[in-house]
Amino acid sequence: MTGLGTAYFYVCALLALAGALGVVLSKNPIRGAMGLLLLILSVAGLFLALHAQFLAAIQLIVYAGAIVVLFLFVIMLLGPSASTPSDRRGLAARVFGGGLFGLTGLAAIWAVVAQQMRTHHTMPMPDPDASFGGIDAIGRVLFTDALVPFELSSALLMVAVIGAVAVAKGRQGTKTLSKAELEAGRTFHPGGVSEDLHHEGAAGVFHHEIHLGESPDAKESAP
Amino acid sequence: MIPAEHYVLLSAVLFLVGGVGFLVRRNVLSTLMSIEVMLNAANLALVAFNRSRLAHGAAQVAEGQSHTGQVFVFFIIAAEAAEVAVGLAIVLAMYRLRRTVRSDEADLLKN
Repeated sequence: MTGLGTAYFYVCALLALAGALGVVLSKNPIRGAMGLLLLILSVAGLFLALHAQFLAAIQLIVYAGAIVVLFLFVIMLLGPSASTPSDRRGLAARVFGGGLFGLTGLAAIWAVVAQQMRTHHTMPMPDPDASFGGIDAIGRVLFTDALVPFELSSALLMVAVIGAVAVAKGRQGTKTLSKAELEAGRTFHPGGVSEDLHHEGAAGVFHHEIHLGESPDAKESAP
Repeated sequence: MIPAEHYVLLSAVLFLVGGVGFLVRRNVLSTLMSIEVMLNAANLALVAFNRSRLAHGAAQVAEGQSHTGQVFVFFIIAAEAAEVAVGLAIVLAMYRLRRTVRSDEADLLKN
Protein backbone atom coordinates (compact mmCIF):
# COMPACT_ATOMS: atom_id res chain seq x y z
CA MET A 1 0.00 0.00 0.00
CA THR A 2 2.75 2.43 0.89
CA GLY A 3 4.66 1.32 -2.19
CA LEU A 4 1.64 2.10 -4.29
CA GLY A 5 1.31 5.58 -2.75
CA THR A 6 4.99 6.27 -3.36
CA ALA A 7 4.78 5.15 -6.97
CA TYR A 8 1.67 7.32 -7.43
CA PHE A 9 3.50 10.38 -6.11
CA TYR A 10 6.53 9.85 -8.31
CA VAL A 11 4.45 9.23 -11.44
CA CYS A 12 2.44 12.41 -10.80
CA ALA A 13 5.60 14.40 -10.02
CA LEU A 14 7.35 13.26 -13.19
CA LEU A 15 4.29 14.04 -15.30
CA ALA A 16 4.00 17.49 -13.71
CA LEU A 17 7.66 18.18 -14.40
CA ALA A 18 7.28 16.98 -17.99
CA GLY A 19 4.26 19.23 -18.44
CA ALA A 20 6.09 22.27 -17.06
CA LEU A 21 9.07 21.62 -19.31
CA GLY A 22 6.69 21.21 -22.24
CA VAL A 23 5.18 24.64 -21.53
CA VAL A 24 8.57 26.28 -21.32
CA LEU A 25 10.37 24.50 -24.17
CA SER A 26 7.76 24.05 -26.87
CA LYS A 27 7.91 26.36 -29.86
CA ASN A 28 4.29 25.74 -30.78
CA PRO A 29 1.82 27.31 -28.31
CA ILE A 30 -0.66 24.46 -28.87
CA ARG A 31 1.93 22.01 -27.56
CA GLY A 32 2.55 24.40 -24.68
CA ALA A 33 -1.15 24.35 -23.85
CA MET A 34 -1.08 20.54 -23.93
CA GLY A 35 1.89 20.60 -21.53
CA LEU A 36 -0.08 22.93 -19.28
CA LEU A 37 -2.98 20.46 -19.39
CA LEU A 38 -0.65 17.61 -18.38
CA LEU A 39 0.71 19.70 -15.50
CA ILE A 40 -2.79 20.57 -14.32
CA LEU A 41 -3.98 16.98 -14.41
CA SER A 42 -0.98 15.71 -12.46
CA VAL A 43 -1.23 18.52 -9.88
CA ALA A 44 -4.90 17.54 -9.44
CA GLY A 45 -3.68 13.99 -8.80
CA LEU A 46 -1.26 15.29 -6.17
CA PHE A 47 -4.11 17.25 -4.56
CA LEU A 48 -6.00 13.98 -4.25
CA ALA A 49 -3.02 12.40 -2.52
CA LEU A 50 -2.96 15.37 -0.10
CA HIS A 51 -6.61 14.97 0.95
CA ALA A 52 -7.81 17.97 -1.05
CA GLN A 53 -10.61 16.36 -3.04
CA PHE A 54 -12.61 19.53 -3.53
CA LEU A 55 -9.59 21.41 -4.83
CA ALA A 56 -8.77 18.55 -7.20
CA ALA A 57 -12.26 18.82 -8.67
CA ILE A 58 -12.01 22.62 -8.88
CA GLN A 59 -8.62 22.28 -10.52
CA LEU A 60 -10.05 20.02 -13.22
CA ILE A 61 -13.14 22.15 -13.80
CA VAL A 62 -11.61 25.63 -13.72
CA TYR A 63 -8.14 24.99 -15.11
CA ALA A 64 -8.58 22.11 -17.51
CA GLY A 65 -12.14 23.00 -18.40
CA ALA A 66 -11.94 26.77 -18.65
CA ILE A 67 -8.44 28.20 -18.64
CA VAL A 68 -6.78 25.76 -21.04
CA VAL A 69 -9.78 25.94 -23.35
CA LEU A 70 -9.56 29.74 -23.27
CA PHE A 71 -5.89 29.52 -24.19
CA LEU A 72 -6.73 27.16 -27.06
CA PHE A 73 -9.47 29.52 -28.26
CA VAL A 74 -7.03 32.42 -28.43
CA ILE A 75 -4.29 30.34 -30.07
CA MET A 76 -6.67 29.13 -32.76
CA LEU A 77 -8.10 32.61 -33.22
CA LEU A 78 -4.63 33.96 -33.86
CA GLY A 79 -3.89 31.07 -36.23
CA PRO A 80 -0.38 30.68 -37.59
CA SER A 81 0.77 33.98 -36.10
CA ALA A 82 0.37 32.54 -32.59
CA SER A 83 3.73 30.81 -32.97
CA THR A 84 6.56 33.25 -33.41
CA PRO A 85 9.66 32.39 -35.42
CA SER A 86 12.76 32.27 -33.30
CA ASP A 87 15.56 34.75 -33.79
CA ARG A 88 18.50 35.82 -31.70
CA ARG A 89 17.41 39.34 -30.83
CA GLY A 90 17.89 40.05 -27.14
CA LEU A 91 19.11 36.52 -26.57
CA ALA A 92 21.93 37.54 -24.23
CA ALA A 93 19.66 39.56 -21.94
CA ARG A 94 17.04 36.85 -21.82
CA VAL A 95 19.52 34.07 -21.14
CA PHE A 96 21.21 36.20 -18.49
CA GLY A 97 17.93 36.94 -16.71
CA GLY A 98 16.64 33.40 -16.92
CA GLY A 99 19.98 31.92 -15.92
CA LEU A 100 20.30 34.27 -12.96
CA PHE A 101 16.81 33.38 -11.76
CA GLY A 102 17.37 29.66 -12.30
CA LEU A 103 20.76 29.55 -10.60
CA THR A 104 19.56 31.61 -7.65
CA GLY A 105 16.57 29.35 -7.23
CA LEU A 106 18.68 26.21 -7.51
CA ALA A 107 21.10 27.58 -4.91
CA ALA A 108 18.18 28.35 -2.57
CA ILE A 109 16.76 24.86 -3.01
CA TRP A 110 20.17 23.31 -2.44
CA ALA A 111 20.68 25.36 0.73
CA VAL A 112 17.31 24.30 2.13
CA VAL A 113 17.87 20.64 1.26
CA ALA A 114 21.35 20.67 2.82
CA GLN A 115 19.94 22.22 5.99
CA GLN A 116 17.24 19.57 6.02
CA MET A 117 19.81 16.81 5.66
CA ARG A 118 21.85 18.23 8.53
CA THR A 119 19.09 18.74 11.08
CA HIS A 120 16.79 15.83 10.17
CA HIS A 121 13.87 18.01 11.16
CA THR A 122 10.84 16.66 9.35
CA MET A 123 7.44 18.24 8.90
CA PRO A 124 4.59 16.36 10.60
CA MET A 125 2.11 14.56 8.38
CA PRO A 126 -0.88 13.79 10.61
CA ASP A 127 -3.76 11.74 9.33
CA PRO A 128 -6.84 13.93 8.83
CA ASP A 129 -10.48 13.01 9.15
CA ALA A 130 -12.26 11.48 6.22
CA SER A 131 -14.18 14.74 5.76
CA PHE A 132 -10.99 16.84 5.53
CA GLY A 133 -10.81 18.71 2.26
CA GLY A 134 -14.28 17.65 1.17
CA ILE A 135 -16.86 20.03 -0.20
CA ASP A 136 -18.79 20.31 3.07
CA ALA A 137 -15.73 21.20 5.14
CA ILE A 138 -14.45 23.76 2.60
CA GLY A 139 -17.94 25.14 2.12
CA ARG A 140 -18.35 25.67 5.83
CA VAL A 141 -15.13 27.68 5.94
CA LEU A 142 -16.08 29.64 2.83
CA PHE A 143 -19.42 30.75 4.25
CA THR A 144 -18.26 31.49 7.78
CA ASP A 145 -14.68 32.61 8.19
CA ALA A 146 -13.93 33.46 4.58
CA LEU A 147 -17.26 35.03 3.68
CA VAL A 148 -15.95 38.53 2.92
CA PRO A 149 -13.12 37.41 0.60
CA PHE A 150 -15.54 35.00 -1.05
CA GLU A 151 -17.92 37.82 -1.93
CA LEU A 152 -15.01 40.02 -2.97
CA SER A 153 -13.76 37.29 -5.31
CA SER A 154 -17.14 37.30 -7.05
CA ALA A 155 -16.79 41.05 -7.51
CA LEU A 156 -13.26 40.50 -8.85
CA LEU A 157 -14.47 37.99 -11.42
CA MET A 158 -17.28 40.32 -12.49
CA VAL A 159 -14.89 43.23 -12.99
CA ALA A 160 -12.45 40.98 -14.83
CA VAL A 161 -15.12 39.80 -17.25
CA ILE A 162 -16.25 43.37 -17.95
CA GLY A 163 -12.65 44.48 -18.39
CA ALA A 164 -11.84 41.58 -20.69
CA VAL A 165 -14.82 42.36 -22.91
CA ALA A 166 -13.94 46.06 -22.98
CA VAL A 167 -10.28 45.42 -23.81
CA ALA A 168 -10.88 42.70 -26.39
CA LYS A 169 -13.65 44.55 -28.18
CA GLY A 170 -11.49 47.56 -28.80
CA ARG A 171 -12.57 51.09 -29.55
CA GLN A 172 -14.43 51.58 -32.79
CA GLY A 173 -12.60 53.80 -35.23
CA THR A 174 -9.09 53.04 -34.00
CA LYS A 175 -7.36 51.67 -37.04
CA THR A 176 -4.61 49.12 -37.03
CA LEU A 177 -1.13 50.49 -37.51
CA SER A 178 0.72 49.25 -40.55
CA LYS A 179 4.44 48.54 -40.52
CA ALA A 180 5.33 51.81 -42.29
CA GLU A 181 3.25 53.87 -39.90
CA LEU A 182 4.93 52.22 -36.97
CA GLU A 183 8.35 53.07 -38.36
CA ALA A 184 7.20 56.64 -38.93
CA GLY A 185 6.00 56.84 -35.35
CA ARG A 186 9.23 55.42 -34.04
CA THR A 187 11.48 57.86 -35.90
CA PHE A 188 9.35 60.83 -34.93
CA HIS A 189 11.23 64.09 -34.41
CA PRO A 190 9.83 66.47 -31.80
CA GLY A 191 10.53 69.62 -33.78
CA GLY A 192 9.89 70.44 -37.43
CA VAL A 193 7.69 67.59 -38.51
CA SER A 194 5.33 67.81 -41.42
CA GLU A 195 1.69 68.22 -40.50
CA ASP A 196 0.45 65.21 -42.47
CA LEU A 197 2.49 62.85 -40.31
CA HIS A 198 0.73 64.35 -37.32
CA HIS A 199 -2.67 63.53 -38.67
CA GLU A 200 -2.17 60.54 -40.95
CA GLY A 201 0.57 58.42 -39.46
CA ALA A 202 1.02 56.67 -36.19
CA ALA A 203 1.15 59.98 -34.34
CA GLY A 204 -2.37 60.73 -35.50
CA VAL A 205 -3.69 57.72 -33.67
CA PHE A 206 -1.81 58.72 -30.55
CA HIS A 207 -3.30 62.19 -30.74
CA HIS A 208 -6.72 60.70 -31.04
CA GLU A 209 -6.10 58.66 -27.93
CA ILE A 210 -4.56 61.46 -25.93
CA HIS A 211 -7.17 64.06 -26.77
CA LEU A 212 -9.77 61.91 -25.05
CA GLY A 213 -8.18 62.95 -21.79
CA GLU A 214 -8.26 66.66 -22.81
CA SER A 215 -4.63 67.12 -21.85
CA PRO A 216 -3.49 70.65 -22.74
CA ASP A 217 0.05 69.58 -23.70
CA ALA A 218 -0.97 66.53 -25.69
CA LYS A 219 0.93 67.79 -28.73
CA GLU A 220 4.17 67.91 -26.80
CA SER A 221 3.69 64.60 -25.04
CA ALA A 222 3.12 62.67 -28.26
CA PRO A 223 6.07 60.43 -29.04
CA MET B 1 3.64 7.89 3.14
CA ILE B 2 5.40 10.56 1.12
CA PRO B 3 6.78 13.26 3.44
CA ALA B 4 5.55 16.81 2.92
CA GLU B 5 9.07 17.94 2.06
CA HIS B 6 8.89 16.07 -1.23
CA TYR B 7 5.79 17.99 -2.26
CA VAL B 8 7.43 21.29 -1.34
CA LEU B 9 10.58 20.35 -3.26
CA LEU B 10 8.54 19.44 -6.33
CA SER B 11 6.68 22.73 -5.98
CA ALA B 12 9.95 24.67 -5.82
CA VAL B 13 11.28 22.96 -8.94
CA LEU B 14 8.04 23.62 -10.83
CA PHE B 15 8.14 27.27 -9.76
CA LEU B 16 11.72 27.52 -10.98
CA VAL B 17 10.88 26.01 -14.37
CA GLY B 18 7.94 28.37 -14.77
CA GLY B 19 9.99 31.39 -13.74
CA VAL B 20 12.76 30.64 -16.20
CA GLY B 21 10.17 30.18 -18.92
CA PHE B 22 8.55 33.49 -18.00
CA LEU B 23 11.90 35.27 -18.30
CA VAL B 24 13.22 33.54 -21.42
CA ARG B 25 10.21 33.13 -23.69
CA ARG B 26 9.02 36.05 -25.81
CA ASN B 27 5.76 34.66 -27.10
CA VAL B 28 3.15 36.32 -24.90
CA LEU B 29 1.02 33.17 -24.85
CA SER B 30 3.96 31.10 -23.60
CA THR B 31 4.67 33.77 -21.00
CA LEU B 32 1.10 33.59 -19.69
CA MET B 33 1.28 29.81 -19.58
CA SER B 34 4.54 30.02 -17.61
CA ILE B 35 2.71 32.19 -15.07
CA GLU B 36 0.11 29.44 -14.82
CA VAL B 37 2.89 26.95 -14.10
CA MET B 38 4.24 29.16 -11.31
CA LEU B 39 0.81 29.60 -9.74
CA ASN B 40 0.19 25.86 -9.86
CA ALA B 41 3.49 25.30 -8.05
CA ALA B 42 2.47 27.78 -5.35
CA ASN B 43 -0.90 26.04 -5.00
CA LEU B 44 0.81 22.69 -4.55
CA ALA B 45 3.03 24.08 -1.78
CA LEU B 46 0.04 25.63 0.00
CA VAL B 47 -1.94 22.41 -0.06
CA ALA B 48 1.06 20.41 1.16
CA PHE B 49 1.66 22.82 4.07
CA ASN B 50 -2.03 22.69 4.93
CA ARG B 51 -1.90 18.90 5.04
CA SER B 52 1.20 19.01 7.21
CA ARG B 53 -0.06 21.58 9.71
CA LEU B 54 -3.76 20.93 9.71
CA ALA B 55 -4.23 21.30 13.45
CA HIS B 56 -2.33 24.57 13.81
CA GLY B 57 -4.41 27.05 11.83
CA ALA B 58 -6.41 29.95 13.13
CA ALA B 59 -9.78 28.68 11.97
CA GLN B 60 -10.51 25.63 14.06
CA VAL B 61 -13.32 23.96 12.19
CA ALA B 62 -14.41 20.36 11.60
CA GLU B 63 -13.00 18.72 14.73
CA GLY B 64 -9.94 20.89 15.11
CA GLN B 65 -8.74 20.76 11.53
CA SER B 66 -7.95 23.92 9.65
CA HIS B 67 -8.50 24.41 5.93
CA THR B 68 -6.69 27.73 5.70
CA GLY B 69 -4.28 26.69 2.96
CA GLN B 70 -6.94 25.02 0.87
CA VAL B 71 -9.25 28.04 1.07
CA PHE B 72 -6.30 30.20 0.08
CA VAL B 73 -5.78 28.00 -2.98
CA PHE B 74 -9.47 28.38 -3.81
CA PHE B 75 -9.11 32.16 -3.91
CA ILE B 76 -5.89 31.90 -5.91
CA ILE B 77 -7.75 29.86 -8.53
CA ALA B 78 -10.48 32.51 -8.69
CA ALA B 79 -7.93 35.30 -9.08
CA GLU B 80 -6.13 33.30 -11.72
CA ALA B 81 -9.24 32.86 -13.83
CA ALA B 82 -9.64 36.65 -13.76
CA GLU B 83 -5.97 37.10 -14.67
CA VAL B 84 -6.19 34.79 -17.66
CA ALA B 85 -9.35 36.45 -18.96
CA VAL B 86 -7.84 39.93 -18.83
CA GLY B 87 -4.42 38.75 -20.05
CA LEU B 88 -5.78 37.02 -23.11
CA ALA B 89 -7.96 40.05 -23.89
CA ILE B 90 -4.81 42.18 -23.78
CA VAL B 91 -3.06 39.69 -26.09
CA LEU B 92 -5.91 40.00 -28.58
CA ALA B 93 -5.89 43.80 -28.37
CA MET B 94 -2.11 43.84 -28.89
CA TYR B 95 -2.45 41.51 -31.87
CA ARG B 96 -5.09 43.76 -33.38
CA LEU B 97 -2.88 46.81 -32.95
CA ARG B 98 0.54 45.43 -33.87
CA ARG B 99 -0.13 42.10 -35.66
CA THR B 100 2.30 40.32 -33.35
CA VAL B 101 2.29 38.30 -30.15
CA ARG B 102 5.91 38.93 -29.28
CA SER B 103 6.48 40.77 -26.07
CA ASP B 104 9.54 42.67 -27.31
CA GLU B 105 7.56 44.22 -30.16
CA ALA B 106 5.06 45.79 -27.79
CA ASP B 107 7.07 49.01 -27.58
CA LEU B 108 4.56 51.73 -28.43
CA LEU B 109 5.36 53.51 -25.16
CA LYS B 110 9.13 53.27 -25.68
CA ASN B 111 11.13 56.54 -25.80
